[in-house]
Amino acid sequence: MSGIRLAVPETAAKGDVIEIKALIRHPMESGFRRGSRGEVIPRDIITRFECDLDGELVFASDFHTGIAANPLTTFHMRATASGELTFRWTDQNGQVWSETTSISVT
Amino acid sequence: MIRIGLIAITLVLVGCSGQTLETDDPYIAEQDLQSGYAFLTAETQALQDDPFENPGYLWVDQGAALFTSGDAQSPACAACHTAGLKGVAARYPNLDEKSGALLNLEGRINQCRTEHQGLAPLAYESDDLLSLTAYVAEQSQGLPLDISIDARTQPYIAQGRAYFLTRRGQFNLSCQQCHTETWGKQLRGDTISQGHGNGFPAYRFEWQSLGSLQRRLRVCDTGVRAEPLPYGDPSYIAVELFLATRAQDLEIETPAVRR
Repeated sequence: MSGIRLAVPETAAKGDVIEIKALIRHPMESGFRRGSRGEVIPRDIITRFECDLDGELVFASDFHTGIAANPLTTFHMRATASGELTFRWTDQNGQVWSETTSISVT
Repeated sequence: MIRIGLIAITLVLVGCSGQTLETDDPYIAEQDLQSGYAFLTAETQALQDDPFENPGYLWVDQGAALFTSGDAQSPACAACHTAGLKGVAARYPNLDEKSGALLNLEGRINQCRTEHQGLAPLAYESDDLLSLTAYVAEQSQGLPLDISIDARTQPYIAQGRAYFLTRRGQFNLSCQQCHTETWGKQLRGDTISQGHGNGFPAYRFEWQSLGSLQRRLRVCDTGVRAEPLPYGDPSYIAVELFLATRAQDLEIETPAVRR
């Protein structure tokens, strides 16, 4: 069910600062809420987001319980070389969702 | 003790007037008609307007995938609807030509599944039904609601209108009292909207998810401490139709973002 949406420019000039957006569908259940019968709704969150360019880490972020459902991450990177950008989200149980896109730097 | 007694008497008195006020006009003057979008903060409007950041598009994407998936036994929706469904959502709820029953978009999708695709109907508010509804409605984004008001739809519009005007719940409030008479004023931290359904299925922050118009109606009913109707109840479909006539000419915003 996990849906991922990425906004990465297809091309960029070398040295430019580009904006990257990554959105994933996830409930990000904080573990602090209770259901209608008073039972605790168990915590279910993504704890780590990473972005690699050909295996080299360019951005990473730790998520905690204060992040809303369907987290959107926006960050900037300097375009240095063409390659494959890999986006990876890891949840508290080690489950991983990832998506790859390529960028061409001229 | 005396004070509690007085409150109890007041509640009983207020609780007696459960009738519909037929003389009230639930419609909003054309020059005042405003989508729920107008009552949002600039940040929330920006989120709705950006087709990437708008989280409702997660469901639209999933709906697009469902629309084109099928096999020999159950053809895909796209196998018949080759030209897309632009403008269709603007005409719903609508009467089914064969049975004469009033169907909302969700009901129409389920009718297609059972009659033409040989599939079981999807449960109301299920992820798949929300996704398909959002995908179909998104194709009409920017088009004005275009409900046919004629002799056959009039009884249903009247039924929805009566629901809208009827006081209900422990608070003894009708939809009309907030959404026609008091819109634009504050209800605690929120500005009361005019109560239009032109953005649904919509992504609500409170839900952290996409939800149907009927889910929103249930929230309103629960809010005035009335017993909400079950999903798919004919009365709610009539309310959806009435609301669409009330919002006639407002543009469809699905998937809208709401508080």
